[in-house]
Amino acid sequence: MAALEITGLRKRFGALEILKGIDISLEKGGFLVLVGPSGCGKSTLLNTIAGLESISSGEIRIGGQVVNDLHPSKRDIAMVFQSYALYPNMSVAENIAFGMEMRGVPKTEREKAVAGVAKTLQIEHLLNRRPSQLSGGQRQRVAMGRALVRQPRVFLFDEPLSNLDAKLRVDMRVEIKRLHQETGTTVVYVTHDQIEAMTLATKIAVLKDGELQQVGTPNEIYNSPSNLFVADFMGSPAMNLLDGMVTRANGASKIVIDRHDHPPIVLPLPESADSSKLSDGLKVIFGIRPEAVNDPESVDRNAKSVSTFDAKVEIVEPAGSDTYVVTRAAGKELTARMRADTEVHVGENHTFAFNLDKAVLFDPQSSRRL
Amino acid sequence: MTVAADALTAAPSREPTRHSTTTRVVIYGLLIVFAIIYLMPLVVMVMTSLKPLDEVTGGNMLYFPHDLTFEPWRKAWGTACVGLTCDGIKGYVWNSVKMVVPAVIISTLLGALNGYVLTKWRFPGHKLVFGMMLFACFIPFQSVLIPMATILGKLGEIGQTLIDATGYSFGFGNPTVNLVLVHVVYGLGFTTLFFRNYYETFPTELIKAAQIDGASFFQIFRRILLPNSAPIFIVTVIYQFTNIWNDFLFGSTFAAGDSSPMTVALYNIVNTSTGVTEYNVNMATAIIAAVPTLVVYILAGRYFVRGLMAGAVKG
Amino acid sequence: MTTAIDPIVAHAIQSPQRGLKDRLRDWIPRLVLAPSFALVLIFVYGFNLWTLLISFTNSKAFTNFNFIGWANYAKLWTWTFETDPPSNWYTALVNMVVFGGLYVIFCLVLGLTLAILLDQKIRGEGILRPIYLYPLALSFIVTGTAWKLFLDPRIGLEKAVHDLGWTSFHFDWVVNPRMMIYCVAIAGVWQTSGFVMAMFLAALRGIDGEILKAAQIDGASAYATYRRIIIPMMRPVFMSALIILTHMAIKSYDLVLSVTGKNPGGAAELPSTFMYSYTFTRNQMAVGSASAVIMLMTIAAIMIPYLYSELREKN
Repeated sequence: MAALEITGLRKRFGALEILKGIDISLEKGGFLVLVGPSGCGKSTLLNTIAGLESISSGEIRIGGQVVNDLHPSKRDIAMVFQSYALYPNMSVAENIAFGMEMRGVPKTEREKAVAGVAKTLQIEHLLNRRPSQLSGGQRQRVAMGRALVRQPRVFLFDEPLSNLDAKLRVDMRVEIKRLHQETGTTVVYVTHDQIEAMTLATKIAVLKDGELQQVGTPNEIYNSPSNLFVADFMGSPAMNLLDGMVTRANGASKIVIDRHDHPPIVLPLPESADSSKLSDGLKVIFGIRPEAVNDPESVDRNAKSVSTFDAKVEIVEPAGSDTYVVTRAAGKELTARMRADTEVHVGENHTFAFNLDKAVLFDPQSSRRL
Repeated sequence: MTVAADALTAAPSREPTRHSTTTRVVIYGLLIVFAIIYLMPLVVMVMTSLKPLDEVTGGNMLYFPHDLTFEPWRKAWGTACVGLTCDGIKGYVWNSVKMVVPAVIISTLLGALNGYVLTKWRFPGHKLVFGMMLFACFIPFQSVLIPMATILGKLGEIGQTLIDATGYSFGFGNPTVNLVLVHVVYGLGFTTLFFRNYYETFPTELIKAAQIDGASFFQIFRRILLPNSAPIFIVTVIYQFTNIWNDFLFGSTFAAGDSSPMTVALYNIVNTSTGVTEYNVNMATAIIAAVPTLVVYILAGRYFVRGLMAGAVKG
Repeated sequence: MTTAIDPIVAHAIQSPQRGLKDRLRDWIPRLVLAPSFALVLIFVYGFNLWTLLISFTNSKAFTNFNFIGWANYAKLWTWTFETDPPSNWYTALVNMVVFGGLYVIFCLVLGLTLAILLDQKIRGEGILRPIYLYPLALSFIVTGTAWKLFLDPRIGLEKAVHDLGWTSFHFDWVVNPRMMIYCVAIAGVWQTSGFVMAMFLAALRGIDGEILKAAQIDGASAYATYRRIIIPMMRPVFMSALIILTHMAIKSYDLVLSVTGKNPGGAAELPSTFMYSYTFTRNQMAVGSASAVIMLMTIAAIMIPYLYSELREKN
């Protein structure tokens, strides 16, 4: 039985459809990250799971139980908010205990639970303070404590790290991951930061304009994006997406990528592509991530299919741990990630190598992967 | 200040709490009952002003006028008695206008300049200066009546001397001028407060850029601050207009008689002890007194509210 | 002495030779602020000191400077305890407490109630809110006149209720000397509660929506959410409203005059009317000044700590 199951969920606001038919299932102990650009509906989806917003059609099941019409406090969920939403007039201990108080849990039990949670999160020394006296990271912990103490079936996180500075964000991310591993709770987590998504999730759901673009493991999302949007959204720097054309001649199929002032790059078909769909003359979009475009010497030794070509270097960006080298193909920039000590110079020709194991093809009309 | 006021008028963004129908009925019921209570005095005032006197004294105040008449209004405007003169209220309305317009203009402009200096040309002690001007908003006017009466008396004497010497008083001792002076002085605290809070949030970088471009103090004020100050001007003007038009204490103390403002005349008309109390005329007079500020409120209520919030909620 | 400019920039702007013109330019901000500050200094602080001085003299109909020490205050002190028959000052103080207390409490309660009701996603808020707020636009004289009629037993409320059938209804408070002050309170609450409602509504709207979501998830009922979370969060607004209402109550003058007419027998005496009558009618200027000073001190005791804390945390 899945911990969370969403079937055919739709939400309309007047004439506008905000969520267009969402189907997701999450196993117990899983960490589902809802990711997408602003306005894609991820927060709305989270709110419908919580019961803070209603749905127009579809079904939400938590632990096998249909919760569509249940009040948020009856769904056995807990939520951590972007602004932490701590009650300013109560102490930390009172904040954590408030939910239990509302449910009529006796005082001694409440105090025990609060103490337990405070120990796990190392906030025992803050129990008598007010939220205004805490730092951002401490408030975040208190918010998590309030959620933990409820021992819910599903934890919901709504962009909890957005208000923290970069370093604190990394620390708290590790903390959340550790807590998840230790407690084995089921988590639904909303973020616009795809790095958070990749590092925390067991399952990622990419949303755009209220529609699910792809649901899968981080590996699947990253290496086998099902459409152009997912390919472009995940990964930093973004995947290279170049216009190309399929040619079939003498039984051999090739991808041809034109270049201005240079002979075109000719490549064998990537393994990931479904060759039955590739007819002669078909326009495609060739996608390859910068880390799969290298020096011939640095290419992955286990790669089965590698193609090299020469190109003129336009920009060199030394980034400390790597060097990003930019050239041009099909009228667009092509970014390669090379070793930091590579000998590259602007304006010179250099040999680039594509690791075609990692390449993917897309249909420009439908944006879907081929 | 604007944040709070906008929060008041902004649409609530939370998902509707699901109230049961009975709760909603109770809520709407209460609100409507209160609305009726708030409106009733005004409605009664209007209806009474349109009734002939026997209907007022003999009838029920809540009933619609049986013999609707505008005679009370004509009387209020033209023949009601203020003390011994029976010329209606029209002259006194004009007195109020003569006093309000200069007072509002002067106090607003001074407030703008003060706010500008206090926020963009800070000097040591600026907080103390502002604090002192702010406290001046809250003093009970009773504590300045005697000295003010003395000073205005002296000004009157100067005016008399000038009249004897040159035939003109140059405004000295003129009751309307006195009232303008009084209202400007005691309005400065509020106008400065409004503009100071507004300019506090105005980007100082714009001022610095203008200084680098070589603009002078007044040029910066005229070309950069003023064009962007429309909202606060409206708020301040409305606030000052309402307060000064509605004032009674200063008017009755310093401008008794023919130069009284509207509010004093209204009070005298209502409280003449001679003869029969003409309730309908009194009500008509009261409405005439209330109309200018009510119209301002209806047309520009949003700014009205902002003014209240500015004086009350500090940021 | 350059004020808002970066020292580096200032150095760039200044010409090597700082002539008279440049130094004059530096002084312009202060020169602009000076007149207003001087006016406030003289007409507010100076006048208050003047009144204070007079309170130590034995001025009667005119000011003199025969200092008699604390005698006037001693007189007021004795009068505070003269209860049988009650001295005017005693009546004034009792009325102040009664009126002030009722005014503040009912304005707060009514304002909060209306604000909470309006916060429940009501349709027609755009109509209801202005209805609760419009009395603020009226002069206190207009308000008093309207309520004097409304509560008049012969032509107002009592008569209207009699006509509707309930003949044993009595409501002659407005002509009953003992009960007059309550009518003043009613009129005052009617006028000002809308303002308090506006303040509370803005505060309610400013509450972070996520806190309310968290309360929902925690299972707090609407009642518990208001009682345990929302209302405690509104403490600062409560304080602001309390301070402003108290200060308005102490300054009340126009309202009590217009509700009670010529204030027969001084039954609805308040410190403000006491001051006026003793200064201008009874020719006991020094005693009047002393009462004004006491009013001032009371307001200062409330406002100064409040203003100080507000100004301090703002900057």
